Amino acid sequence: MSVTAGITPSARTVEIDSHSINFGPQHPAAHGVLRLILELDGEVVERADPHIGLLHRGTEKLIEYKTYMQAVPYFDRLDYVSPMCEEHAFALAVEKLLGITAPDRAQWIRVLFAEITRVLNHLLNLTTYALDVGAITPALWGFEEREKLMEFHEAASGARLHANYFRPGGVSKDLPAGLMDKIAAWAETFPKFIDDLEGLLTNNRIWKQRTVDIGVFSAEQALAWGFSGPPLRASGVPWDLRRSQPYDKYAEVDFQIPVGRNGDCYDRYLMRVYETRESVKIMKQALAKMKPGPIKVQDRKFSPPSRGEMKRSMEALIHHFKLYTEGYHVPAGATYTAVESPKGEFGVYLVADGTNKPYRCKIRSTGFAFLQATDVMTKRHMLADVCAIIGSLDVVFGEIDR
Amino acid sequence: MAFLDRTARSLVLGELVAGMALTLRYFFKPKVTINYPYEKGPISPRFKGEHALRRYPNGEERCIACKLCEAICPAQAITIEAEPRDDGSRRTTRYDIDMTKCIYCGLCEEACPVDAIVEGPNFEFATETREELMYNKDKLLANGDRWEPELARRLELDAPYR
Repeated sequence: MSVTAGITPSARTVEIDSHSINFGPQHPAAHGVLRLILELDGEVVERADPHIGLLHRGTEKLIEYKTYMQAVPYFDRLDYVSPMCEEHAFALAVEKLLGITAPDRAQWIRVLFAEITRVLNHLLNLTTYALDVGAITPALWGFEEREKLMEFHEAASGARLHANYFRPGGVSKDLPAGLMDKIAAWAETFPKFIDDLEGLLTNNRIWKQRTVDIGVFSAEQALAWGFSGPPLRASGVPWDLRRSQPYDKYAEVDFQIPVGRNGDCYDRYLMRVYETRESVKIMKQALAKMKPGPIKVQDRKFSPPSRGEMKRSMEALIHHFKLYTEGYHVPAGATYTAVESPKGEFGVYLVADGTNKPYRCKIRSTGFAFLQATDVMTKRHMLADVCAIIGSLDVVFGEIDR
Repeated sequence: MAFLDRTARSLVLGELVAGMALTLRYFFKPKVTINYPYEKGPISPRFKGEHALRRYPNGEERCIACKLCEAICPAQAITIEAEPRDDGSRRTTRYDIDMTKCIYCGLCEEACPVDAIVEGPNFEFATETREELMYNKDKLLANGDRWEPELARRLELDAPYR
């Protein structure tokens, strides 16, 4: 005799909301490994819940176990679309703690390559953003320009992406002869390319239908959600760290900061287009103002001697060995140093305890702030607009998941 | 007026036609793509590719087992064991690089005081199994012998900057 014998079976109706879908992590428009759980009402997004952590590598913790020189390559791998700008933040933070300044030429090289990185990043974002909303042609053309820039990148650093080029106290090697002329020649032809790219998109009715008034974010909202970079400026806040707290040689270059009005996807697109134009201007000025000279601090306690010197002088050899094994000791202290990376404010909060390794290295990733706003931004938008909004925010998971 | 202007432009599909014309112009431009396995993109003397251990012209291996590369490697991909050889000189008995750990930062090459370990121009060393990417000393020295003319040229070209 079973317990349930006396219970009569009855029909029960259970309501299951089948309108919850996974957007990613394998969705091509999810920019890497974003997993977005969308609750839909028909085709209208009610709630977007971003799940992160699929690309977590424990960079911050790893850096605590690396000397300051070894930590640099880890920064390339944060925002892998704009590697040199991330290195820049770390290099500046360490320089601040050490109380050293990079020589003039090193600072100009860093400005030049930070801007090359900005163009690289914006080209990738603009073209793949167009791809996300259905325009394939810009991606096919834009990658040709990216390829040219990657060659410069590789000629200077030896790697197309993960450069390991900016070092605390300067840059690792001087620019090879002839590279400056190549960059100058490229800077002459590039504005024409941006015109062509704009010819395909800016006035195109399909592009406008997909982006204008989509994901509108007001200036107050943008500030409250911790936005920075192009999405903040698209909302009408003229804030750019290169202007408000210039680092390296940015105080000596003349450039404009584009500011939008509506804070929608279209404005965020326009910001990036105009920024690439300004970047080319900065690159031209950097090339014109760069003079021959040392490219790293000449203090052998912080930067390794040249190979010729190392092979001749015993003292240089000792410095070489000390720097490549123990590294340099950074005096105890803490700094928050931020740079205007192509995506926005990228900051490093570095705590040194007087040893040769950082005590703590907190990384302020730009995309994290953008990603947390996706819920607000996508609310009551169509499913297809989610792609446009994520594309316009330019999130990269290397830095968000760290 | 602005309304009329906008409507007229919209009706004749101005921006779409202009976009198509632009695409057509690009259609007749020379191709920029290369036929990859037969043609390759340019690489500079600084390119950080597959590792190699070099020898002196007399055939003696350069590496003196100072272990600077092992110390600087951020990914801890290099393992070295060393003993004095019969003739009394210090040489490695084991020099392994785990190419799956390596992040190609180039610090080993920078650190090496005798230009023994270098990152060469080769970027085509994909394998079918993971084990094949655990390089040992023999493999690295073989790489060095295979690429030596190119490696020497690259080091010479880059010498003024190092």
